[in-house]
Amino acid sequence: MKTPAIAVRGVTKVFGWGDAAVRALDGVNLDVARGEVVLLMGPSGSGKTTLLSVMGCILHPTAGSVRIHGREVSGLPERELPTVRLENIGFVFQGFNLFPTLTAAENVELALDLKNVRGREAKRRARSLLELVGLTDKLDVYPEDLSGGQKQRVAIARALAGDPQIVLADEPTAALDWSSGRTVIELLRKLAHERGRAVVLVTHDTRILEFGDRIVHIEDGRIPEPSVGAPILAPAAETTGAIPTSVTA
Amino acid sequence: MASLAWRNLFHDKVRFSVTLTGIVFAIVLIIVQIGLFLGFSTATTAVIDHSGADLWIGSKHVPYIETGAAFSERKLYPVLATPGVQTATKYVVRWSQWKRADGSNEGVLIVGFNPDQPLGGPWNIVAGSVAALKAPDAVMIDTFYQQKLQVTHLGQVVEIDGRRARVVGFTQGIRSFTTSPYVFTTFKNGQNYAQLREDQTIYILVKAVPGTEIAALKRRLAALDKDVDVFTTAEFSRRTRFYWMFTTGAGIAVLLAALMGLVVGVVVVAQTIYATTMDHLREFGTLKAMGASNRYIYRVILKQAVLSAVIGYAVALVVSVFVVRGSESGGAAILFPWELGAVMFFVALAMCIGASVVSINKVTKLDPAMVFKG
Repeated sequence: MKTPAIAVRGVTKVFGWGDAAVRALDGVNLDVARGEVVLLMGPSGSGKTTLLSVMGCILHPTAGSVRIHGREVSGLPERELPTVRLENIGFVFQGFNLFPTLTAAENVELALDLKNVRGREAKRRARSLLELVGLTDKLDVYPEDLSGGQKQRVAIARALAGDPQIVLADEPTAALDWSSGRTVIELLRKLAHERGRAVVLVTHDTRILEFGDRIVHIEDGRIPEPSVGAPILAPAAETTGAIPTSVTA
Repeated sequence: MASLAWRNLFHDKVRFSVTLTGIVFAIVLIIVQIGLFLGFSTATTAVIDHSGADLWIGSKHVPYIETGAAFSERKLYPVLATPGVQTATKYVVRWSQWKRADGSNEGVLIVGFNPDQPLGGPWNIVAGSVAALKAPDAVMIDTFYQQKLQVTHLGQVVEIDGRRARVVGFTQGIRSFTTSPYVFTTFKNGQNYAQLREDQTIYILVKAVPGTEIAALKRRLAALDKDVDVFTTAEFSRRTRFYWMFTTGAGIAVLLAALMGLVVGVVVVAQTIYATTMDHLREFGTLKAMGASNRYIYRVILKQAVLSAVIGYAVALVVSVFVVRGSESGGAAILFPWELGAVMFFVALAMCIGASVVSINKVTKLDPAMVFKG
């Protein structure tokens, strides 16, 4: 079995102290493989976004282990986490989180700037990424003049700017109509299946179930087995639209 | 790609205008308040600073120029005989009453000097001459006070302390700190207008031989007579300025206003820069989530602050020049020396950077997980 892109073991996350403590994650185990689209589903407050934050090295787990490409990151000091995120993870947010003062191309260039890619090379790569998401004609358009679907595609292009092997998306279709949402989700699936990225989607949107390779249900901060060691499918097998493996609570 | 800092500032023109207005207002406020302080401060000692004298001899413990007590003019002769003295002259500075054309009285400060000596005379003469003051009853006033003293033209005859006076010249820009205008005249006339006896003077101004050590000459002159005090011009200027600025309510009010200007300016800039950073807080959170280091974000915020400071300063400089020019015809003299302009550049930078440090603190504590909150 290959090393998973993300391996979560026994992760617990507690917010607050004493009587006010809230156990958002409780002994969670989960593997996500390269080339796989995992849909993380569950009711509001079940811990989906917290798990995404822990996997994205944005939150430290209270206990447990998180490995990114086999490297233990849960014990890393705070100052080292930005580098881990920069080198390994691309984020797609529900609210797009584009920079309103920058054009579509500049939003992508900013992400490249973080990796010290600047000037013509940055422009060329930003153009290429926006081409990948079908927005070549929107390079110089500001976010306010883009539709929701276009904004999310810019956000995906931006997430890919650092060439991350992991893409974490928080409700990427929630703010979109179905047509736009479908375009976005197909794009993310393509990234996994054709480019070998590990994609984790937090979603409530049942319309996108058919696009996931695996559905992981989380409830009250727990994921029932077997979320660990689930078969890591070869990309070729996943493009067939096979019924996803669903793990229910 | 234009920098994020640049875009954050300039993308929303209205927001930027508000930010810039805050910074410009703060800088202009500080410049005007400090300029007023400098203007008042300079006005208190203008006559001393322009006297051309190296040393002033006045009555014992004289606190400031306007309150010198009269002493015998015979004290002049030993001064003239002291080695190192090039010239010395009697000098009057004293309050008197100017009768205006409508019959009302206006307090004036008589400055009586020897027109044959280069000490203590008027400067910035725009009409008439020092020589014209040698005529009997001749006086010279500043154009700024023409209206106040109801003087419409050269040659106009007026009355000072019940004695005839004739306006033979005008200066420009010699303002007094008090509301009483300076009236330049000869020493002899000054004695009359100030009700001094013929053998009395208020001050003796001393010009040293070039190369003479002033401190040593001061000690020699002080040793001549224990009933008077000897000051260097700088000392007497400081003494007078200190009196007006720190022992009177007026001076303290101006000083406090300058300090308040500085405080209000700093607060306005701090609030403005802080608000600008807070406007983009979510974006900074996104940057952090994307993997930007704190240093990268600090650079963006500091760059915004420096850009704001430089542009705000440039605009404020232009506005301040207009305000200062406008004040020249008004009652308050605002001084805006280039040194103040230079210092203000660094003050503006310090204010903006300081304010941004406060917001950096907020960004440092920013939870990158905020980006997942709808």
